Amino acid sequence: MLRIEHAYWLMAAFLAGAAWLNLRERRWSHAAFWGVLAALLGGGDTVLRAAAAHVELPAQLAGAGVLVLAALSPRMHRGHLVERDAAAREADACRLRHKLFGPALLIPLVTLLVALFGGMLVVHGVALFAKPQMTLTGLALACVVAWIAASAVTQARPRAGLVEGRRLLDTLGWAALLPLTLAALGGVFAATGVGTALADLVRMVIPVESALACVLAYGIGMVLFTVIMGNAFAAFPVLTAGIGLPLLIGMHGANPAILGAIGMVTGYCGTLFTPMAANYNIVPVALLDLPRQSAVIRAQWKTGAALLAVNLLLMYFLVFRF
Amino acid sequence: MTLPRLLIAYLGLRQVLSMCGLTNVAGQAQTVRPLLAPMAEAAAEKRGAPLTLDERHAVRAFSAGTDNIGLFFGEDVFVALGGVLLIQGFYAQHGIELEPLHIALWALPTAIAAFVIHALRTVLFSRRLQRPASEATGEASR
Repeated sequence: MLRIEHAYWLMAAFLAGAAWLNLRERRWSHAAFWGVLAALLGGGDTVLRAAAAHVELPAQLAGAGVLVLAALSPRMHRGHLVERDAAAREADACRLRHKLFGPALLIPLVTLLVALFGGMLVVHGVALFAKPQMTLTGLALACVVAWIAASAVTQARPRAGLVEGRRLLDTLGWAALLPLTLAALGGVFAATGVGTALADLVRMVIPVESALACVLAYGIGMVLFTVIMGNAFAAFPVLTAGIGLPLLIGMHGANPAILGAIGMVTGYCGTLFTPMAANYNIVPVALLDLPRQSAVIRAQWKTGAALLAVNLLLMYFLVFRF
Repeated sequence: MTLPRLLIAYLGLRQVLSMCGLTNVAGQAQTVRPLLAPMAEAAAEKRGAPLTLDERHAVRAFSAGTDNIGLFFGEDVFVALGGVLLIQGFYAQHGIELEPLHIALWALPTAIAAFVIHALRTVLFSRRLQRPASEATGEASR
């Protein structure tokens, strides 16, 4: 039976492969970074089991590993990795044409199938997919299926999957870990009491017994933080630890799934307003030769504002209903 | 192909692709600069008069904005992109176990609202361009 741990082991194997390729090219920082990360993902299960049995050492080692990752990340320079030459890629693209989309589309398709029907697959009384985190187990399986399909369609050797995957991974660099670390930031906030401190602050400013006031504070807070930081991902743990969990979910009984989903897209509205989101709002100004830095923001802010209003309404009318 | 049809079709396609996790097949550098912006300019010039420089810039900026909106309000519907996983991971840290699919589905109403709102704005934007330049002086560049 497939469990989420298998997905993590698969990732660990891929990262170890990426580390190995970097090691052979003497790119020490990258090799060490992906190697440590592979050990953390592969050993996560062991660490948790040891921690449950009150053996502290593995958890402390994992903590040290995270610090090593942090120390290595500034050294991850974006070197230029050799891609196959453009003419060969062009020829392949002409030969394969739309077939190329097949493997890419298999990923969402298989993931969705497992998420929807995975629970029904039982062989000899053993469930094929373990209940916890079935969607993500499905995603990992989908990636393997897509990898096999892509190898079959392109007739490339399966090893190409590792080589190209590693190229993408090195291009992303430490940014590949951003969602992971920001989610962990939520845990750090909880452990250090930042969430409660924020909630106390909010209590002084708004009438927290009013659900509407809390929804407004959460939604508008998400937008403001996103505008300042240029990224809704960074705003989400702060606001959800400060207002979402203690006030909306704890006090008013909001549905966490709906609150999280709409809260995040409310933050995305903020991304439409801010020059801090340079990738989306400033880079195209340069790409398109526009004379005003704010041209793209000017073109999209009204959609963002209208959508913000819709999101606040959706949040207010949905989170307390389900 | 008229300007609103082009931009609205692109918006819908971008959203649907993002919902399938294919966020990187389109983008400012991949599609907007080489494809969408030039096509949008050509479509806008079907009104019979060439675009002024200000109008040309406005059309390009609007195309770039359309790509952003299609990306942002599509990707959170896919179960395995950063946004949904961050939400799921955050709650897991606090002892609330959620299925990514549930989180993703609740991003759907906003995705639909984003499409409707931006499609309406696209129609209004092209209408403003349709008016002869003399009437619209100073407006098109807004």
